[in-house]
Amino acid sequence: MTESNYDEIMQLLCDRLSSLTNSDTQITPEMNMISQLSIDSIKLLNLIMEIEDTFDVSIPINALTDIQTVRELADLVHKIKSAS
Amino acid sequence: MNLLEKLDAAAAARKSLLPNGVGAFGIPIEEVFSATEARIGDRRVLLFGTNNYLGLTFAPECIRAAHEAIDKEGTGTTGSRMANGSYFGHRALEREFADFYQCSSGIVFTTGYQANLGTISGLVGPGDTVLIDGDSHASIYDGCILSGADIIRFKHNDMVDMEKRLRRLGDRVESTLIIAEGIYSMLGDQAPLAEIVKLKNAYNCILLLDEAHSLGVLGKTGQGLVEKTGLLKEVDFITGTFSKSLCSIGGFCVSNHPQLEQLRYISHPYIFTASPSPATIASTRAALVLLSKGSDLRKQLWNNCTQLYSQLKETGYLLGPDPGPVISAILDTPQQALQVWQSLLEHNIYVNLILPPAAPEGKSLVRCSVNAAHTPEQIKYVGDTFAKLYKMISSRS
Repeated sequence: MTESNYDEIMQLLCDRLSSLTNSDTQITPEMNMISQLSIDSIKLLNLIMEIEDTFDVSIPINALTDIQTVRELADLVHKIKSAS
Repeated sequence: MNLLEKLDAAAAARKSLLPNGVGAFGIPIEEVFSATEARIGDRRVLLFGTNNYLGLTFAPECIRAAHEAIDKEGTGTTGSRMANGSYFGHRALEREFADFYQCSSGIVFTTGYQANLGTISGLVGPGDTVLIDGDSHASIYDGCILSGADIIRFKHNDMVDMEKRLRRLGDRVESTLIIAEGIYSMLGDQAPLAEIVKLKNAYNCILLLDEAHSLGVLGKTGQGLVEKTGLLKEVDFITGTFSKSLCSIGGFCVSNHPQLEQLRYISHPYIFTASPSPATIASTRAALVLLSKGSDLRKQLWNNCTQLYSQLKETGYLLGPDPGPVISAILDTPQQALQVWQSLLEHNIYVNLILPPAAPEGKSLVRCSVNAAHTPEQIKYVGDTFAKLYKMISSRS
């Protein structure tokens, strides 16, 4: 998995989170998805399904326990994609 | 934000949805008159928000059995079965559930929630995978979390999506548990069991079906979706609850896999809790007899379900895809759902209000639960009241 793949993951996450929040807020990697972007649990779980389909990977939802920021989610997806 | 401030924030969010102080969640019920009527505040209301599907809460046979059990064995067992022992009734009910499902063994749990928690966390663990429907009940999610297994969701009742996720698991499918429900509690729709079984066999997984809402409701003898579809032998583990059609509290798991018995020694939700009281077990045993012989009750239930579902649909409400005892009107916004729920209560009708994120896909639901004891007049009154409210919400939107 290359750096460009990581950028692709980050870009996808930012785009999707931006549409989920329905605001003009610029999404940045350090943003907290729950406290700053108000992404509720159902929205996050549905986003994970989208990411799974886009990158053809399995992302267990229990792996999300420690994920708070956009960057942490991108790191998790990148790690799983690299191992697949 | 400290721990208590987090709770204050949640309380403020709840209050914003309940401006006049009427609590839709955990509403105080002052008196219960029958399977269909109770008093809330100073109102005598029709109960359309219970899961009393066969209307057996006041069945004389169940009440008598509970009285006799209390007289004979006291009010409680005062401890777990592991430490304090299994009463005759616990063992008898397990045998009766196993026989009812033509299975070799059964286990009784203290609640339906614990039946899923205990079965799932006993069957899978770290390194295993659970593949669950996105609309699964919280007891399934919590059981999966407790197990430590990897949790993968598939889109609700979408078999193409489910197969895609099975395929991605690769070699891990051999330690994968698929979980579905007979009737889903939010929209009242049924799992496509034949297709699930086909995939389960193709990928050589284990299948658990939760018949919580379908027990007593589907199939000739009320076994649930397994009986309606003729697929009883294809499902590895069946769980369910006593708190709906059986009108008490507790849960069960049955299976033909002899390994089920091992759950008694590894499943914390089974081991570390007090066992069901003698009265609970006795009334459940009596209710199971009535349920299995209750084809007339099921016929009445389905007449009632069809009557209300048809009337709401004709009125214009968006409903779940299948008629059944769970009938949810899908509203555009939480405020609209709250308005309908409050207006129904003002018309002396109690139903359930379900708001995001509890409802799937951000929906807001006003959920009715129909039972066999409802009269055609009661159903018509509820349908007519919904129709009146539909005009009100249509004119404001």
